[in-house]
Amino acid sequence: MNKRKRLLSHSFGITVISILMGFIVGAIILHRTGYNPFEAYGIMARGVFEKPKYLVQTIINSTPLILTGLSVVFAFRTGLFNIGAEGQFIIGALTAAWVGYFLKLPPVIHVVVVFFAAAIAAALWGGIAGFFKAKLGINEVITTIMLNWIAFYTQNYFVTLESFKKPDSEASYAIQNTASIVILEGWKKSQAGREWLKNHPIWRDVLKTDFNWGFLIAILIAILIWYILNKTTLGYELRAVGFNRFAAEYGGISVKKSIVASMMIAGALAGAAGALHVMGVSHKVSTLATMEGYGFDGIAVSLIAGSSPIGCILAGLLFSGLKYGGSKIQYTMNAPPEIISIIIGVIVLFIAMPRLIDAIPKAVAKIMPFVSRRRGEKHVG
Amino acid sequence: MQHIDFKSKVVEMKNITKVFGNVTANDQIHLTVHKGEVHALLGENGAGKSTLMNILYGLYRPTRGEIYINGKKTDIATPNIAIQQGIGMVHQHFMLVEPFTVVENIVLGRETTNFGGVLDMKKATEDVISLSEQYGLYVDPNAKVEDITVGMQQRVEILKALYRGADILILDEPTAVLTPQEIRELIEIIRNLTKEGKTIILITHKLKEIKQVADYCTIIRRGRHIDTVDVSAVTEEELAAKMVGREVSFDIEKKEKERGKVVLQIEGLTVKDNRGIEAVKGLSLEVYEGEILGVAGIDGNGQSELIEAITGLRPIEAGRVKMNGKDITHCKPKEIIDSKISTIPEDRQKRGLVLDFSVAENMVLENYAKEPFSKKGILNHGEISQFSKELIQTFDIRPKEETLKARILSGGNQQKAIIAREITNDPDLLITAQPTRGLDIGAIEYVHRALVEQRDKNRAVLLVSLELDEIMNVSDRIAVIYEGSIVGIVDAKEADENRLGLMMAGGGAEE
Ligand SMILES: Nc1ncnc2c1ncn2[C@@H]1O[C@H](COP(=O)(O)OP(=O)(O)OP(=O)(O)O)[C@@H](O)[C@H]1O
Ligand SMILES: [Mg+2]
Repeated sequence: MNKRKRLLSHSFGITVISILMGFIVGAIILHRTGYNPFEAYGIMARGVFEKPKYLVQTIINSTPLILTGLSVVFAFRTGLFNIGAEGQFIIGALTAAWVGYFLKLPPVIHVVVVFFAAAIAAALWGGIAGFFKAKLGINEVITTIMLNWIAFYTQNYFVTLESFKKPDSEASYAIQNTASIVILEGWKKSQAGREWLKNHPIWRDVLKTDFNWGFLIAILIAILIWYILNKTTLGYELRAVGFNRFAAEYGGISVKKSIVASMMIAGALAGAAGALHVMGVSHKVSTLATMEGYGFDGIAVSLIAGSSPIGCILAGLLFSGLKYGGSKIQYTMNAPPEIISIIIGVIVLFIAMPRLIDAIPKAVAKIMPFVSRRRGEKHVG
Repeated sequence: MQHIDFKSKVVEMKNITKVFGNVTANDQIHLTVHKGEVHALLGENGAGKSTLMNILYGLYRPTRGEIYINGKKTDIATPNIAIQQGIGMVHQHFMLVEPFTVVENIVLGRETTNFGGVLDMKKATEDVISLSEQYGLYVDPNAKVEDITVGMQQRVEILKALYRGADILILDEPTAVLTPQEIRELIEIIRNLTKEGKTIILITHKLKEIKQVADYCTIIRRGRHIDTVDVSAVTEEELAAKMVGREVSFDIEKKEKERGKVVLQIEGLTVKDNRGIEAVKGLSLEVYEGEILGVAGIDGNGQSELIEAITGLRPIEAGRVKMNGKDITHCKPKEIIDSKISTIPEDRQKRGLVLDFSVAENMVLENYAKEPFSKKGILNHGEISQFSKELIQTFDIRPKEETLKARILSGGNQQKAIIAREITNDPDLLITAQPTRGLDIGAIEYVHRALVEQRDKNRAVLLVSLELDEIMNVSDRIAVIYEGSIVGIVDAKEADENRLGLMMAGGGAEE
């Protein structure tokens, strides 16, 4: 098995240990820099779980991460490294904002049209990298990185167009209300809604957020992707190509077609993330100063998920919880929020290097001679 | 025998048991090897030979049992410890970095550096050259591994082990992938090594080789130690009987049979190899219904390219290929499979199997998109595993568990899985390349019977093999390939080994 493959298919145990290690290392660093780690982690935990609206916010934030994570996982199952989820996300978001603003359609239909327009645009975007790989053998890592920047500047260009840019802002016009997926959006602003919410403070809190259908859609998509990969002939082909393209070719599977298909679906997933983000949270796209990082975070999510679509849901929630909870240690105890990046980095590091985890029991065994363990063996006959 | 030092036991494995889940791969095995000895391990596919050696090399931990190296009890937890103990191993499937050069591969992990930590490739190259001269292991130090033959790659593996200071060398089926000429050279190398005091543990399925080069032979059957014998005191038949637990017949029965119409027709085929050089040059050949056509030749005369071209895996430069009268010259692999051609590929791990798929998934590699294995793009896992269970049963693939990954099957059982799949496709033309490579003699007997059965069912069989014995045993006609062309076709009944050998070397096609 090659390195890349091992990187993304690890056992649940390794994931759990890696997450623990992330927190332990984070605690050590917090302690060393003069902060009480228990206090910090306490604030983080409360920052996610204390109030329903915090939990809701965590869920909202996890939506794009789950989908970009799925995007990376999907391409990976065909042996492709999709660094381009970032650009595909941008294309999806841009298309969603465009179609959401210019088209005038009835409510639910508008959402469906925006969603598929964004997914298709991003699929084509991802497909470009697949095409170059299949036809010319150009490594998808390089093309997807280039496409990220092209997407970035494409969005910034579109946001300068007079008909699209909202005057006196750095952003586009907001999408039509018919294209919004925010839950009870109309009602919560209506007279009756405001009356009711006044008497139900918990719901008022919850609905103050951008609570939207995106998370539910993301979960359905994750299940759909799991199904495609494991239960369909398409999934069989893509996985065969990912594991051993020579055997796939011998078995009559078109490797080139599979590569393009896989990158297109990966693109569609990242594009869906962009679309749901626009329809559920931002309602518009803005001039980008730097990459927003949804696609790059997707790479980390996919690593933690261990190439499992369902794992992406959990990893996306974890990631989102860490970021959201972590942001709170800054203003309550003035601790650097970068600690979250360190924790995430350490988790990924341990997952990427299972040998580090092998070393743990050895180190522990020095202290406690009876603790010793050995991980799964690989056949080499 | 004169090199053996009976006073020093370099390896002693006692009561070794290894359990994987519910498979007991090794069951209380003993193995004692003296200094300077060539010790053969013999056993059916899946008997547990590779497992035992992987334990000695520190890749697996035994479930129970003890290992003594040079009389000292040793816990070989990792290959690094094995290397420190002077143990080296060349695996059944090589573990080289293909884009690296020979020297780079040999020194990998043991690089010589000069002051600044810079790689000293000049010194490394010199070391490799002197090592290779010492044992007669000639290699081109600067060639890339992906460009050299399998035989050369094996030398690189051996040199790698010696470079790390191996005194005990484990060779896991080294001859399975070699040409007869390379085998003779390897045997010479093994003799040189023991002369220098090295100890060799050799796994092979070829009894002839055991008789030629081994001093002692330990026989394992289904994970159990059956016997350890002095090779000079037993016959090949006795070894075979001990290994399988019954008498094995080396000859196969073949009824007289009239051949039918042409099935595969190749005209003026020209194909290039990976380096862009013409490997097949204007080759013409016909295969008929109800015959086994053997293609004999020395490795590297265009056999692999020929098969890849027929099966659509390699572009055809010139000429045409017809199947049942239909032109399939530039068709895609899928179309070729659909024209009722099945192939047992020469490299089982590269082409034949998706090692990380389950055995069941592998069994439908060409048919996953057909009913009953799928319907409208949705796989029917129930049907797939039912089908796989039947194949596993009929072809005696061990262990009998279709959900296991193909990776954990032993080499021979991987081969059986491919054969089962391809024969069950019930093709009009069965192309087989080295079909018995790595199989034990019981399994070889089985495969040969299966090929003859296809012929008797009036199917066409194209058998490409480097083993002349195999070709002569099962073929009806024998075509000799030399430098990319067929230099002669002879009737198998009139074939004579010497004359074929001469033709294979490019001489005396016509009398
Ligand atoms: N990692 C593993 N997990 C589960 N089973 C395994 C593993 N490795 C080997 N086995 C099983 O143990 C048995 C012995 O395998 P082994 O590779 O040692 O056979 P072998 O004697 O080398 O056969 P061959 O001649 O075909 O190479 C087989 O049934 C194999 O499937
Ligand atoms: Mg073996």
